[in-house]
Amino acid sequence: MSLEISDLSIELAGRTVVDGVSLSVGPQERVGLIGESGSGKSLTLLAVLGLLPDDAVVRGGISFDGRELVGLPDRDHAPLRGAGIGVVFQDPTTSLDPVRTIGRQIAEPLRLHEGVGRREARRRAVDAAAEVGLPDPERIVDRYPHQLSGGQRQRVVIATALIARPRLLLADEPTTALDVSTQAEVLDLFARLVDERGASLLFVTHDLAVLRRAVDRAAVLADGRVVEEASVDDLVHRPRHAVTRGLVEATRATTWRAR
Amino acid sequence: MIRFTAGRLVLFAVGLLVASALIFATLRLLPGDVAQVIAGTTGSPAQVAALRAELGLDRPFLAQYLDWVGGLLRLDLGRSLVTGTPVADEIADKLAVTLPLAGLSLAVGLVVGVPLGVLAALRRRRPLGTAASIGGQILAAVPAVWAGMLLIALFAVTLGWLPTQGFPLDGWSDPAAALRALVLPAVTIGLVEGAVLLRFTRSAALGALDADYVRAAAAKGMTRDRALVRHGLPNVMLSVVSVLGIQAAGLVVGAVLVEQLFSLPGVGRMLVADVGRRDLTKVQGELMTLTAIVLAVGFVVDVVHRAVDPRARERGE
Amino acid sequence: MRRGSWIRALVSGPAGAFGAGWLVLVAAAAVVAPFWTPFDPFATDPYGAWAPPSTMHLLGTDSVGRDIFSYVARGATTTAVVAVASGAVALVVGVALAALGSLTARWVRDSVSVLIDVLVAFPTILIAMALAAAFGGSLAVVVVAAGTGYGVNIARVSRAEIRRVGREDYVLAARAAGVGPLGVVARHVLPNVAPLFAVQVSLAMATSILAEAGLSFLGYGASAETASWGRLLSDLQKFIGVHPGTIVWPGAAITLTVLALNLLGDAVRDAGDPRLRRRAPSAAPDPADAPGVVS
Repeated sequence: MSLEISDLSIELAGRTVVDGVSLSVGPQERVGLIGESGSGKSLTLLAVLGLLPDDAVVRGGISFDGRELVGLPDRDHAPLRGAGIGVVFQDPTTSLDPVRTIGRQIAEPLRLHEGVGRREARRRAVDAAAEVGLPDPERIVDRYPHQLSGGQRQRVVIATALIARPRLLLADEPTTALDVSTQAEVLDLFARLVDERGASLLFVTHDLAVLRRAVDRAAVLADGRVVEEASVDDLVHRPRHAVTRGLVEATRATTWRAR
Repeated sequence: MIRFTAGRLVLFAVGLLVASALIFATLRLLPGDVAQVIAGTTGSPAQVAALRAELGLDRPFLAQYLDWVGGLLRLDLGRSLVTGTPVADEIADKLAVTLPLAGLSLAVGLVVGVPLGVLAALRRRRPLGTAASIGGQILAAVPAVWAGMLLIALFAVTLGWLPTQGFPLDGWSDPAAALRALVLPAVTIGLVEGAVLLRFTRSAALGALDADYVRAAAAKGMTRDRALVRHGLPNVMLSVVSVLGIQAAGLVVGAVLVEQLFSLPGVGRMLVADVGRRDLTKVQGELMTLTAIVLAVGFVVDVVHRAVDPRARERGE
Repeated sequence: MRRGSWIRALVSGPAGAFGAGWLVLVAAAAVVAPFWTPFDPFATDPYGAWAPPSTMHLLGTDSVGRDIFSYVARGATTTAVVAVASGAVALVVGVALAALGSLTARWVRDSVSVLIDVLVAFPTILIAMALAAAFGGSLAVVVVAAGTGYGVNIARVSRAEIRRVGREDYVLAARAAGVGPLGVVARHVLPNVAPLFAVQVSLAMATSILAEAGLSFLGYGASAETASWGRLLSDLQKFIGVHPGTIVWPGAAITLTVLALNLLGDAVRDAGDPRLRRRAPSAAPDPADAPGVVS
């Protein structure tokens, strides 16, 4: 699996929100995208998925396993989602369909890509629920999203993202909407599952502390541009750009307060 | 769920009560002496006095009202001031036309409005969607009677496929003929109602398009349009159901106008005639019946909506 | 937004421009017609009945030889009066009920709330029929029925908005400073819900025009001495078998005017307050977007 983002630009409502971003993710690599809100990181992910708003103007290139994604019509882009590229969005409450059971939602990628039948789909949904640590998997698959806690919903989303064994997993602030104690648990679950499956990870966040636990290498985004790219270790201990330093300061302040 | 239904039932009853009070009060606001007005200039003082006693107008206002409500509870709506026939019987007779008309109109409205509304949202930046949206705007501005007349001009006068007006004298004994008589009227009301449903469905669908869960569904491997249809639509449908209750009022309005236009022997046309004849007892009964229908539809819709929405089925089901 | 830019934004789109343009035309006709029309709208000419459109009779003549163009122009005056009066009634009723329902004691609020929910279900035409039975049909009946009917709808729609504004900091500050409820409403609440009301009033006017058309058609609206688009439809209906084409003129006049008001209302909503356009993701759309009654 290889993901090559080359000189990507995204224009929304006349404003250039992403400006010449280049990044590559190789097989089994864990890469991060970090920056303040509004720096264009989420939009970059949406561009890879082909889920930008209709009026967005995209320039540059995104190559996934040699296939060019920019300008691809939706019906050709759709088959790549779920099976080739999985995604975990930020807010699990709004990402889940309120009127469908979570079992059916977890199994949906299977039914889309592998044509799995109902019984089999339910069985694999139960397995997936168990894998992400949801309590009482047999019964929970028949529940509705509003009956679960925030942390449980995010586990559902993670299970859904991974069930079709994508080669690349995208994550857009997957722990931000959760409370602090759940955050750590979910992050660990994340890392474990990605490792086990040998998938690659592109992880977006604004929190350097979270980044440290999730990836090995990261690019720092500010105002839509990449201002620094290095291993996480280097970013934390030897930050070169002002923005990076600002992020490190913010982390230190938070951890101090946590103590 | 039981508690919810009971609560809605109470609201329904309160609605009927308030409606009955308002209707009664409004009709008794008639300036001057009711009996005098009905008797006209030809009635002698003795006749007027007799009429007044018969109508119970010499009794206190509240007593008259309670009498009427008591009658309502027994489904006794009094007797016509003009013909003396029982009002309830006449209304029941006419409902055989009005209720099917309302039902058919609602069906037409749903079939026209909802799919076009979804289309307007799905293809919103393309000609098809814009056309659907504009079509809805125009339809919503068309007066129902004009729409009916245009349909008559086209389908009845020019093409001769359907009757210009009227309803079979023997009612539903020939269902095919009866239905033929109801087609143009139902389409008339249905188009106007459909326009309202179109705008609402389009708005709901647009909201769903932006919804996170629709985007998340597309991220699982389907196109965005399909995600909207599979995941957005059921949620959209749910909100459409919630709006149907309000549509009932529009159906009644449509029925009154359209029955007049097409000379259909329904409750609406009878109401229009009775208002002109100042047959207050009948008018009271007719207004009450129509309002009760609207409130009843609202009640049923509320309960159905609640039953179908998983979020509402939480406690102990 | 400053007033000048607001109005410019309003008419910049094709919909807003059409709406404003057509309404200006109708308003002009409404103002001029009582004083001058090419022909006397009520002058009959039995030998000149059913004349096709010509340079003399721009829209032709009807069954009794009346010049349709003049009649429609005078009808614009009736329509304008009904629309404005209904809008005013709807606004007053709506504001009164809404204020009663949000800024008063608990028991008053609750009873008004129930009252509004019940009244909203009442079709305008039934209100009109009830009033017509008591007082006889007239334009006043139309205005009161349409105004009250829609006024209740306005109250329902603005209830939530007023409550929201009522909780904002600057309102709480005013109340803490001792400003009475009436002062709070006038100075702080009303200006903020004004855009919402502007939209609702334009919709109320549109609904009232449809109501007048329907009621005049039934014979309980405009009298025979008043030129009304709805009455003209009723007059022409009897001859639809032989002269189906003439109905186009009054019908189109009604449709275009209602359309113009609806489009203008939408344009006001989009231009005046961007907040009113945004929706939370996956939130159900507001049933207020579906007008309460279609007449």
